[in-house]
Amino acid sequence: MSKQMDLLFQLASLLTLVVALAALGALVFDILSDGASRLSWAFLNNIASRNADQAGVYHALMGTIWVITLTGALALPIGVAAAIYLEEYGTRSRAAHFIELNIANLAAVPSIIYGLLGLGLFVRLMGMGQSVMAGAATLALLALPVVILSTREALRTVPSSIREGSYALGATKWQTIWNQVLPMALPGVLTGLILALSRAIGETAPLITIGALTYIPFAPDSVWSKFTVLPIQIFNWVSRPQVEFKTNAAAAILVLLVLLLSMNAIAIFVRDRYQRQGRV
Amino acid sequence: MSTRTLEWIIERLLFLCAALSVLTTAGIIAVLAFETYEFLHEVPVLEFLTGTEWTPLFANQRFGVLPLVVGTMLVSSIAMVVALPMGLLAAIYLSEYAPSGFRRIIKPVLEILAGVPTVVYGYFALTFVTPLLQQFLPSLSGFNALSPGLVMGLMILPLVSSLSEDAMRAVPRGLREGSYALGATRMQTALKVVVPAAFSGITAAFILAVSRAIGETMIVAIAAGQQPRLTANPFVPIETMTAYIVQVSLGDTPQGTIEYRTIFAVGMLLFLMTFGLNLVSTWLRQRFREEYA
Repeated sequence: MSKQMDLLFQLASLLTLVVALAALGALVFDILSDGASRLSWAFLNNIASRNADQAGVYHALMGTIWVITLTGALALPIGVAAAIYLEEYGTRSRAAHFIELNIANLAAVPSIIYGLLGLGLFVRLMGMGQSVMAGAATLALLALPVVILSTREALRTVPSSIREGSYALGATKWQTIWNQVLPMALPGVLTGLILALSRAIGETAPLITIGALTYIPFAPDSVWSKFTVLPIQIFNWVSRPQVEFKTNAAAAILVLLVLLLSMNAIAIFVRDRYQRQGRV
Repeated sequence: MSTRTLEWIIERLLFLCAALSVLTTAGIIAVLAFETYEFLHEVPVLEFLTGTEWTPLFANQRFGVLPLVVGTMLVSSIAMVVALPMGLLAAIYLSEYAPSGFRRIIKPVLEILAGVPTVVYGYFALTFVTPLLQQFLPSLSGFNALSPGLVMGLMILPLVSSLSEDAMRAVPRGLREGSYALGATRMQTALKVVVPAAFSGITAAFILAVSRAIGETMIVAIAAGQQPRLTANPFVPIETMTAYIVQVSLGDTPQGTIEYRTIFAVGMLLFLMTFGLNLVSTWLRQRFREEYA
């Protein structure tokens, strides 16, 4: 009897996984069946239009690439520096412990709150306006906790014998970190960065909040340009009642998912190469 | 410059970067507090927190935030009804039953589920789940709390299952073996030994999931509607706190008006709710780590 109960329970637990995977399958199928036929070169090269069948995602795709590149450029140095401090310098200090607690809490603050911060601080107070810069700065703050956490993990995998060897040869702490530890941790750092950016690339709410316009018929040409991004274009199309625009939304989702998948593929490739190289 | 000074300068610079996270928190609180303070000059705090009508964008302005809070709670509760039991069962399966090969395949797939952008889930809720549900529930409106709630539950499930699984795997083997030695089945061991032993870790996961649901924006902005109303009926359009912020941000609300300030006041409330939950969750996880350190 209890054996049958056990089996039943095991099946029920397994069933939850099956249901979750079936839902994921339904999601992918739904989007493919709605949007795949709409994809074309013209869709990638056209800009937004009032006519659904002439509209495209060129401006939004370019906006996404601009914003994400700049987000990475801002989040990488600051995130790595913060991680080095926490992992290599301040391991036992009370300030470091407080900062750690803070980062853990920041990682769970809703993204729309970052949008309000970006609106109040970058857009208004610093006068950046609704520019690529303001968007990227907001997303960089959002991505920082992830970059810091993954960089710390990468730094931790570097064996202490490497550091000791370097000290024994007379190198200072910073020389050791810069010349020995960082290069060894680099693949792990980059993997973490790409994963953080693949999160940021799908973020919609914070960019809507800072006022990234939903109808921008041009691609950005500098970091001070106004911009829109793929998720905002998707949201805009989804919100319209006409079915043709919903089809456009599905096609734009496919473009976004392909972008996401290729970023994840790069991350897996980097991690894989790293593991095959082995540790010294 | 001597090497010594250079090393000192570098350490300070690195510290500044680390301290930026504290500045971010301070910045969030400062921006929200400043505008909320201005807002509360015009609207008494009691009216804001206990009023039952929310119409800042209409001619007859009312600033009772309860409809938005109740809307948020309604969608989050539906999401939790899906995510908590399913996430826990999935975690039990992965931690106690699944062969390691199966685990290695299924965990990345769950990560995909967690990595799908929320705007995509919103599309799924609006164009697939709602029409599907309408076939069984003819009274369901095109915008409602039920469909985004269910989809949000699906989105949060991986968070619950992966954090709960981590907590359960940290339970020492000896406890399980003791239970088997007393003749318990795997189900009895999982439910009466492992889950209670991992309780604080699992609770931390649950709380984090609630906080995630409250702050989730795009699914509800797309599929739940924009009608703040005080109701527990999941079949009609409602509005959540996050969806309201999006709604105002999409329009041209001039800076300095009371309409503009409402989003910061609502944001402040949202921040306080999620930050409180996150603190409890962090505290529980730390306690759990100490138990089996």
